[in-house]
Amino acid sequence: MPISIKMPALSPTMKEGKLAKWLVKVGDKVSSGDIMAEIETDKATMEFEAVDEGTITSLDVEGGTDNVQVGTVIATLAGEDEDAAPAPKAEAKPAEAKAPEQPTPEVQPEPAAQPPEKAAPEAKPVPAPVPEPATATKGERVIASPLAKRIAQEKGVDLASLRGSGPNGRIIKTDVEGADPGKAAAPAPQAETKPAPAAAPAPVASQKLTDAIPDFGIPFADQKLSGMRKVIARRLTESKQTVPHIYLTVDVRLDALLKLRGELNDALADRGVKLSVNDLLIKALGAALIAVPKCNVAFGGDVMRQYARADISVAVSIPGGLITPIITDAGGKGLAQISTEMGALAAKAKEGKLLPSEYQGGTASLSNMGMMGIKQFEAVINPPQGMIMAIGAGEKRPWVMADGSLGVATAMCATGSFDHRAIDGADGAQLMGAFRELVEKPLGLLV
Amino acid sequence: MADSYDVIVLGSGPGGYVAAIRASQLGLKTAIVERELLGGICLNWGCIPTKALLRSAEVLHQMKHAKAYGLSADNVAADIEAVVARSRGVAKQLNQGVTFLMKKNKVTVHMGQGKLTAPGKLEVTSADGKVEEITAKHIIIATGARARELPKAKSDGKRVWTYRHAMTPSELPSKLLVIGSGAIGIEFASFYNDMGSDVTVVEMLDRIVPVEDAEVSAFLEKALKKQGLTIHSSTSVTIDEVGEGSVKATLKSKDGKETTGEYSHVIVAIGIVPNLENIGLEELKIEPDKRFHIKADPYGRTNVPGVWAIGDCVDGPWLAHKASHEGVTAAEAIAQELGNTEVHPHPLDRGNIPGCTYCHPQIASVGLTEAKAKEAGYELKVGNFPFIGNGKAIALGEPEGFIKTVFDAKTGELLGAHMIGAEVTELIQGYIVGKTLETTEAELIQSVFPHPTLSEMMHESVLAAYGRAIHI
Repeated sequence: MPISIKMPALSPTMKEGKLAKWLVKVGDKVSSGDIMAEIETDKATMEFEAVDEGTITSLDVEGGTDNVQVGTVIATLAGEDEDAAPAPKAEAKPAEAKAPEQPTPEVQPEPAAQPPEKAAPEAKPVPAPVPEPATATKGERVIASPLAKRIAQEKGVDLASLRGSGPNGRIIKTDVEGADPGKAAAPAPQAETKPAPAAAPAPVASQKLTDAIPDFGIPFADQKLSGMRKVIARRLTESKQTVPHIYLTVDVRLDALLKLRGELNDALADRGVKLSVNDLLIKALGAALIAVPKCNVAFGGDVMRQYARADISVAVSIPGGLITPIITDAGGKGLAQISTEMGALAAKAKEGKLLPSEYQGGTASLSNMGMMGIKQFEAVINPPQGMIMAIGAGEKRPWVMADGSLGVATAMCATGSFDHRAIDGADGAQLMGAFRELVEKPLGLLV
Repeated sequence: MADSYDVIVLGSGPGGYVAAIRASQLGLKTAIVERELLGGICLNWGCIPTKALLRSAEVLHQMKHAKAYGLSADNVAADIEAVVARSRGVAKQLNQGVTFLMKKNKVTVHMGQGKLTAPGKLEVTSADGKVEEITAKHIIIATGARARELPKAKSDGKRVWTYRHAMTPSELPSKLLVIGSGAIGIEFASFYNDMGSDVTVVEMLDRIVPVEDAEVSAFLEKALKKQGLTIHSSTSVTIDEVGEGSVKATLKSKDGKETTGEYSHVIVAIGIVPNLENIGLEELKIEPDKRFHIKADPYGRTNVPGVWAIGDCVDGPWLAHKASHEGVTAAEAIAQELGNTEVHPHPLDRGNIPGCTYCHPQIASVGLTEAKAKEAGYELKVGNFPFIGNGKAIALGEPEGFIKTVFDAKTGELLGAHMIGAEVTELIQGYIVGKTLETTEAELIQSVFPHPTLSEMMHESVLAAYGRAIHI
């Protein structure tokens, strides 16, 4: 029996992905654990390992193909004891068109059976099986009862995000009924970074890929969206359309924090740790959320979830978009640990190697555009989180000192966006106050 | 030194002996205590011997109707002694079967009356008065239940019977009054009617088999009346006099009408009471529930650590298969408490416990009735398919009955299934598997049912709920 290798779901939310590169070729022998291909998901590039043993008889989807649906047959293996004979045959027809996106429905007319000139145009088109609106699995095989699947679909709950309480972890009705519909997909990036798409392309003949945008005769170039861009678009639209945002801004003086950072870095130099201002702000937001738990919540329709730990998603700009690796328990961790973890996560993010568990979750987000010279901005909440903190640039400003005299201070603007369904203005204000207090009297970050 | 076990099960009915076998399978050192017969009421005095009796009644019924099948049978007669003897033989065979199972599974059997003296301690008094103390880390109470008696007319085995007497009659009742129309009452009513007795059934509620779907009750009443039974629902009974050769009783209907009658025998089938006396519950302060059964969590834990309870002595439904299931769950939960990490007991879903009544026609059901589902606020899709539309039913000469299915219109969840007719007790499991797997109408519709079988009606009923039945 030839073994069909299918497009794997490398994260629970993955629906399709790019088959970036084949690392094997027809005729290669593979065994379990061998890396066969690189697959690009909405968030990361991952290596795809062989599970079965055998000889590759065909690669059914070319390297570099976009939008390969999970489950599509991408390659075929001949089992160990089998003759790998079909291989050359497959090679002999390299021109054979492969549908990259959908598994080819098995209704193609046998070319030999009909005289092409007549049959092709006249033969009644065999209706291709229309896929059902689909409870189709989106990720690794999710074991769930038919009823659970249907209810999940109606409620918009991602089954992959649930733990089953049935036999062998099967997801059953009660698991879905208790689920939070907000738990739909990967946590998402915020809007603020818009890395200018590498300078306008040289005017080429406009190649139109969509009718969604009217053509006003302006020279243009359409470019297909990357998986990440699609997720960013979907999640931000969802957030802005469904979450009523309220924005609270405070001015925060940074002198004490900067001084402390300098001292700490001197002290930590031997350990190879260099704290960034952002590391301190991550800690400050985590600690503030623990101090004001009313803001460390998620809104779940008819349920409010109060988190007992503050996990901060930190927006990291990466080529082609943005991702939010998470510092778990930011309120409880020491600064050195946060700094080390953040460094490692940011590096992985830039390489596109973050694991889903490293960017999915979080109880609140932090987005810092200070280094880009932005004075103040409002960030888009990352549902189901309840808030996001937007940090502007630290700058020297005229400042009215405690004694009423006018002086110069280093200060920044911090703007919290809050899900107003879950968090009242006064509670949000309390969080902003706690955050400012921790930044202005930063010794609190050390305990 | 007292014998010491991991688990002792008190009572060897379908709850207890199954719990003991499961515990032993899980590597626990297990003992079982039984005061009378291994297998308990179910296979000695309940489920099984009555099915043997009803089978005799069914064969008799068929022989009497041989002509309808193109056959002739003359001088058809019932020998009640032989019928009872067969039933006892069946019970005995199964009793020996349980003895074998205990041995095979290395479950130590202690015959005698057991009483808890402390958590983990049980005193067993055998028939000859010898007292023995055995100990265990966990004790499962599975003492079952017995028939509820009428306060003023205790069963005597002569004129006033409970199920136990009704199972071993020395003579056929000429005129029988059955009080109560639950499964037990209706099965005996059906049996004795088939055997030739003049049978009257009295039910206090407004319909017979009141736990079933209202349509099933109505259909059964019509069928039984056609067979010659007299049925009084919304009626209460007072036993006026239990004489040497007869019982005088007054039936009082809801509208106040009273009629007196004289019956050769009375069967009392008005429910059960749990066997909780003299087993040490008070001393251990084991809490009862609202209905004076033992209070237990979904795994069988009572309020006293190390003491568990299952089956008829806890909350209902009081059915053998429910007791067995609880027995397995409790045994697994105990194994888990004793450190077994491989078992994963799941609490019983009471919505998926089937009920079967072996009268003629048979009744089988699972889940919510149409009325209960409406009450629960569901928007429904209800399907109903009659036996008359099924080829196999007609070929069998059993065109009476129907299969009804109740779905949640919103999610397609199968909420309940209700069947009446030939062999439905053997059909219901299909819906139970479906319900346990949380099927929706889509999977049932997609399933291929074999032709020609009665089970095709199960398919048609689902189709009917969605306006797609083929054969009506």
